[in-house]
Amino acid sequence: MMSVLYDNLATRDGVVTLPEGLALDCGQHIAPLDIACRTYGTLSPAKDNAILVCHALTGDQYLAEPHPLTGKPGWWSRMVGPGLPIDTDRFFVICSNVLGGCMGSTGPCSISPKGERWGTEFPPITIRDMVRAQALLLDHFGIERLFAAIGGSMGGMLVLEWVATYPERVFAAMAVATAPYHSAQNIAFNEVSRQAIYADPDWHGGRYWAHDVVPARGLAVARMMAHITYLSEEALTRKFGRRVRRDPKAAAGSTAGGVIGTASLFGEMFEVESYLRHQGSSFVNRFDANSYLTITRALDYFDLSADHDGDLAAPFVGVKTRFCVVSFSSDWLFPTSQSRAMARALNRAGVNVSFVEIESDRGHDSFLLDEPDFDRTMRGFVNGAAEHAGLRRGGRG
Amino acid sequence: MRLDQRLIADMIRPRSRVLDVGSGDGALIDHLYRNRQCDARGIEIDMGEVTRSVAHGLPVMHGDADHDLSYYPDDSFDYVVLQRTLQAVERPREVLRQMLRIGRHAIVSFPNFGHWRLRLQLLTTGRMPMTPVWHTQWYETPNIHPCTIRDFLALCEAEGYVVDQWLAIDEVGDRAPWRRSIRLANLFGEQALFLLRRA
Repeated sequence: MMSVLYDNLATRDGVVTLPEGLALDCGQHIAPLDIACRTYGTLSPAKDNAILVCHALTGDQYLAEPHPLTGKPGWWSRMVGPGLPIDTDRFFVICSNVLGGCMGSTGPCSISPKGERWGTEFPPITIRDMVRAQALLLDHFGIERLFAAIGGSMGGMLVLEWVATYPERVFAAMAVATAPYHSAQNIAFNEVSRQAIYADPDWHGGRYWAHDVVPARGLAVARMMAHITYLSEEALTRKFGRRVRRDPKAAAGSTAGGVIGTASLFGEMFEVESYLRHQGSSFVNRFDANSYLTITRALDYFDLSADHDGDLAAPFVGVKTRFCVVSFSSDWLFPTSQSRAMARALNRAGVNVSFVEIESDRGHDSFLLDEPDFDRTMRGFVNGAAEHAGLRRGGRG
Repeated sequence: MRLDQRLIADMIRPRSRVLDVGSGDGALIDHLYRNRQCDARGIEIDMGEVTRSVAHGLPVMHGDADHDLSYYPDDSFDYVVLQRTLQAVERPREVLRQMLRIGRHAIVSFPNFGHWRLRLQLLTTGRMPMTPVWHTQWYETPNIHPCTIRDFLALCEAEGYVVDQWLAIDEVGDRAPWRRSIRLANLFGEQALFLLRRA
């Protein structure tokens, strides 16, 4: 359905290799730097119609096309495409796997200068490092200024960091279901996820690949726990309630099966258990445990105001970027109060900011789901910003 | 756009920075952007209106006059507009102070509680007046701080604001012919519209 046009940008299998590498916040220099990316639509001759979409913690560059490992539709294929709110007939849309990821960009799975996988030796990275890597990718494409940077959750943090780091390179920014820093609660959940991974006997101190195993149980538990934080009580109740189903493993007389052991009562299990186990076990097929650790650490260290004595407005003073901050009413992982604080800080900085809370009972994951008010907000903000940027309507460039 | 919004738009110089507090469907900021090349932004309390405005490409922030003006820096705008809302805010005096802190000018419109029909109803029936403008029962009305044109002028004087322009208008927003006499305007004007600045 989607035409993927990246070959003309001198990329190899969607991976751009930048030999000069990247100087990280931690002081280390990583080279070469691989960035795996997918693009959709056509870059205008003036290179003024580029939209960078930033993915969330466990997302990747497969934004609007089937995922090569899972076969599932792209994670935002309902938002990005011809005629959709982020219209690929009009805009050149770029999505890159973050630094530290495991879908082709340089990360713990990559080979280190020692000639083996980085694993736990991979340098600690920050959200700003991820943004700098994306900026190098844009340099490679010859894109001086993004028309827009858009992202949800961790992707929203990248959007905020983009404007804070390169304000003159972003005309419009949309930060969705996100926050200007990771709260103690966010860090706490991430720590549980990490401890679940460490506790897996297959962890092997992070060198699991040398033992030809993956810490699948730990990673699956991490995902199950995190997945609960992406939903809401209402959504869980509506979807599963207290319904039970036969536990196929108990029926077969087994006590522990698959990635996650079962412990069923009367041969039954709650549907929500079954759902979470499925979420956990399918996740381990597409995600690397060391990447999970690296990226959650980067998230936990994210605090936009850290370099400004806690003043969230300071990084944005004098910024000309048009902002739109969007939250969802039932999101308790990145609640509206944090988005409102971000929007108010942008007001303090004199930035042109819109702020919308979308009514939804589906929790943090709402930004990935069918929410017509959100789609309208996205379309309106993008088109309104395009008008202000002087981009021609409908045409390519 | 309502007629009184046209009167407001006429008070605003082209290419100026405008904040419309209570921007509703965004008609005024859209007009100011398209026809007067203003950098016009909105604050709106009704989330449905906010979503609709942003979906039309307008820069609108969810918030309200009482709680959100304090987050803007001094002198961020040339004009701060408050349409037909002053009587419904928690702290009208503080809202006016904030408006004239963040804006060089304030444009304020409000329904005039001094209108003769209200006075007459209160006098003859002894009940809270009900008119096309004041049409909600006292126990349900959001209009918790009604004032008359003379009340408002007294507040402006006490706070040291300069009234650059004032108009009495009827409910549909047309200009009423009471421009010479404040006492007549206070008796016959259904709505009042003021352009203020700091002294």
